[in-house]
Amino acid sequence: MMGDYEAVIGLEIHAELKTRSKMFCSCDASFGGEPNTKTCPVCLGLPGVLPVLNRRAVELATRLALALNCEIAPRCVFHRKNYFYPDMPKNYQISQYDLPLAVGGFLELESEEGPFRVGITRVHLEEDTGKTLHASESGRIHGSEYSLEDFNRAGVPLLEIVTEPDIRTPEQARIFMQELKSIMEHLEVSDCKMEEGSLRCDANVSLRPRGSSCLGVKTEIKNMNSFRALYRALDYEISRQRDILDSGGEIVQETRHWDADANVTTPLRTKEYAYDYRYFPEPDLVPLVLDRSFVEGVRSSLPELPAERRRRFREEYGLPAHDAALLTSSKAMGDFFEGAVSAGAPPKAVSNWMMGELSAYLNARGMEVPEVKVTPSQLAELIDLVEKGTVSVTLAKSVFQEMLESGRDPRLIVEEKGATQISDQEELERLVGAVLEENPKVVEDFRKGKEKALGFLVGQVMRRSGGRANPQMVNEILQRLLRESG
Amino acid sequence: MIRRREVSALEVFRAVRDRIEEVERKVNSYITLTLEAAEEAARAADDRLAAGEDPGVAAGIPLAVKDVLCTKGIRTTCGSRILENYVPVYDATVVSRLKRAGMTMMGKANMDEFAMGSSTENSAFGPTRNPWDLGRVPGGSSGGSAAAVAAGEAIWALGSDTGGSIRQPASFCGLVGLKPTYGLVSRYGLVAFASSLDQVGPITRNVRDCALLLALIAGHDPRDSTSLNVEPSDYLAALDGGVRGMRIGVPRELVQEGLTPGVRKAMERSLEIFQELGAEVEETTLPHLDYALSAYYIIAPAEASSNLARYDGVRYGLRVEGKDMLEMYGKTRAKGFGAEVKRRIMLGTYALSAGYYEAYYGQAQKIRTLIVEDFRRAFQRYDVLVSPTSPTPAFALGEKVEDPLAMYLSDVCTIPVNLAGIPAISMPCGLEDGLPVGLQIMGRVLEETTLLRVASALEVAIGFRERPKAGRGVG
Repeated sequence: MMGDYEAVIGLEIHAELKTRSKMFCSCDASFGGEPNTKTCPVCLGLPGVLPVLNRRAVELATRLALALNCEIAPRCVFHRKNYFYPDMPKNYQISQYDLPLAVGGFLELESEEGPFRVGITRVHLEEDTGKTLHASESGRIHGSEYSLEDFNRAGVPLLEIVTEPDIRTPEQARIFMQELKSIMEHLEVSDCKMEEGSLRCDANVSLRPRGSSCLGVKTEIKNMNSFRALYRALDYEISRQRDILDSGGEIVQETRHWDADANVTTPLRTKEYAYDYRYFPEPDLVPLVLDRSFVEGVRSSLPELPAERRRRFREEYGLPAHDAALLTSSKAMGDFFEGAVSAGAPPKAVSNWMMGELSAYLNARGMEVPEVKVTPSQLAELIDLVEKGTVSVTLAKSVFQEMLESGRDPRLIVEEKGATQISDQEELERLVGAVLEENPKVVEDFRKGKEKALGFLVGQVMRRSGGRANPQMVNEILQRLLRESG
Repeated sequence: MIRRREVSALEVFRAVRDRIEEVERKVNSYITLTLEAAEEAARAADDRLAAGEDPGVAAGIPLAVKDVLCTKGIRTTCGSRILENYVPVYDATVVSRLKRAGMTMMGKANMDEFAMGSSTENSAFGPTRNPWDLGRVPGGSSGGSAAAVAAGEAIWALGSDTGGSIRQPASFCGLVGLKPTYGLVSRYGLVAFASSLDQVGPITRNVRDCALLLALIAGHDPRDSTSLNVEPSDYLAALDGGVRGMRIGVPRELVQEGLTPGVRKAMERSLEIFQELGAEVEETTLPHLDYALSAYYIIAPAEASSNLARYDGVRYGLRVEGKDMLEMYGKTRAKGFGAEVKRRIMLGTYALSAGYYEAYYGQAQKIRTLIVEDFRRAFQRYDVLVSPTSPTPAFALGEKVEDPLAMYLSDVCTIPVNLAGIPAISMPCGLEDGLPVGLQIMGRVLEETTLLRVASALEVAIGFRERPKAGRGVG
């Protein structure tokens, strides 16, 4: 018999902090660049160097921890995490262990199934590693003749966020990550680009009989490089574990790798290979003491967070909950919306355009709002053209497509196309007349009381006019002419 | 004399260079000589003096720098095969401070590999010999620095001290050696052995030079987070205070068994002198010092095991190729590190391992806290504490190489000072069988001035003028 299981999911998230310089030296912390150009003796781990803590990183980490309702430790300690890896210059990573920056937070979220809450176990600071490039066709270590190291990323400040195992479905995991990302964007603490690796997420997954409170054997899933990958990997892993349990098997505690091409998770290493990191307090740094006034200073400077913004969008602009949620799913989305509204467009119209045409465009291309060529005021202008009846909605949609491609002003596109609406009575009558002449059968149907026939005729007129005819006027003229000749 | 232009910097340089040419083959104080650069520096000092400019306090005074301090463009080996050809791209903070003061560096001094040892026999570049008796060790790990000054191959030197590595060789070579308060001198560019214990300090012929050199290297460094943000004191001005009215304590735990008769006698003579000069001397107890050696041999190796992990053949230093990365790591470190370094890496790795951490590292840290507390309490009553620097004078070459525990015991009196982070100075206070004996004077945190004052009083009273003699040594 098939068991009724409940998934237990906890996430471990790494986000690169948006500081100008690295965690323990003054090197440029930005993404990319020629390999090994953003390095110095400190981040290369040369003999004799010492780390100096980046105060800005502490401030950004504190910001996020407060936004996640965490308690900030008045005194926290950096530890060395010891293991050999060629992309780690010192062969230890400066991280935090039993005395992290912040503990005990939570996020309250909403899914289609209702509200849920995810506990935040801890938030801590550490340094990123370099990158290893393997000289093989696959880019993986297997079969590579040699490997190259790029230390530009070594020492970039990283935030680690660990959740309680409070997540029950892949959808909840996706919603949590979406919200966390949006919070980080609103706080301007991280770029949150999953593809560039500035936001990374691992998951611990186990199953247990529904209603049970004990935990099953878990696996750790790595290499989920997008929200979609996160969702699919968790979905896959849950059904993989369910199949094993249903067939009487046992889950092996191990780390598994999400293979997005094959749509499966594959084993990476089992528990027997567990590292002993030999953590001990970093003697080159003094304990970090964050006094009350620092913490309160950061708290009072926190900007509006997504949850508040959502509430405000509903109250201030009268948007439905669904709209408000989508428009605050990223900071850029909300900013775009408010930009268009402040340029004079009606909120609901802006929301409709963004949730419809704009989102479809972004999704189809895998793009984000900041990459879009259209500005909020251009969208407001387009909406204005529709409201004033200068263009039909149908026409506006094609104008919008062109705006997305070229970034040009809607008014220019409309003029150039000669695409303004035909509202000339005589011209419209000529068009309607021609359509009636061509469709005697439909005219007959209408007269026999088939109301739907009218819609067909309007459509024909619109087609003939290349979408430019004023639909309202066409409707009136049609009704009048049909009655007159009848 | 140079500043008064009684002698030119170049003349001093040449005299010391000639001395190096004469005795270096016997003593082996240096791993790398930098005589051309030193000559240039001496000439520059003379030019500036001739032009009426200030060449800097250190100008024209030949200096030996322990090869554990990074020197830009000059190889820095730490006495190890693994860094045999390593050339730093930056100067240690103490080196750049001295450069600004006109430094005339004769070379990089020999040392026990990564400063691990008490005899300078653990060097990949051969042992250094004691200028007082070439059959004996100069102490360690800063043995090259001490031997260079004792043999006249340098006027003064920089060493580093993690468990006695400045004071013990100073004691063995009849010199003044100071381990400053932890955090007084920047560790930036000092290749780490045990980060929470390491300090850079001077090894000199007399207390005055010690105060001068300390003044040049002390002070806050933003590149070292453990560096104390305090203004250094006026060390030279401290020399003449005398010891009248001071209270001097002698920790019972540091004068128990193991002292040679000559060491005991020289120490007792010093205590009498202090009393004659008007100080009050009494025996006291710091009960937890008995556990200092054990705690040290957990903490120092633990930190070292992590600090030395970076020498893996990937980015710099020695690389021995292997069929894969792991084999390359193994072969490189097997060939690159000597036996003592490997021993300590294994000790430290073990002490930090899951399941052992609390029993070893955790316990050792607790002992450390108790030792700090012992000293704090003692310094409520005493201005300084004194003990022998080492239980014995210089021992014979090869005598303790095969017996690590006997070697470790050589530092039994100096180690507690590093664990407590306090300053201590070693002063020549007599001879035993023609070999120098050192007295250790320990003080409160940041009270180097008090140490220098007591040391200066002793120096004047004893009038230690002995120098190595030809025959056994390099006279």
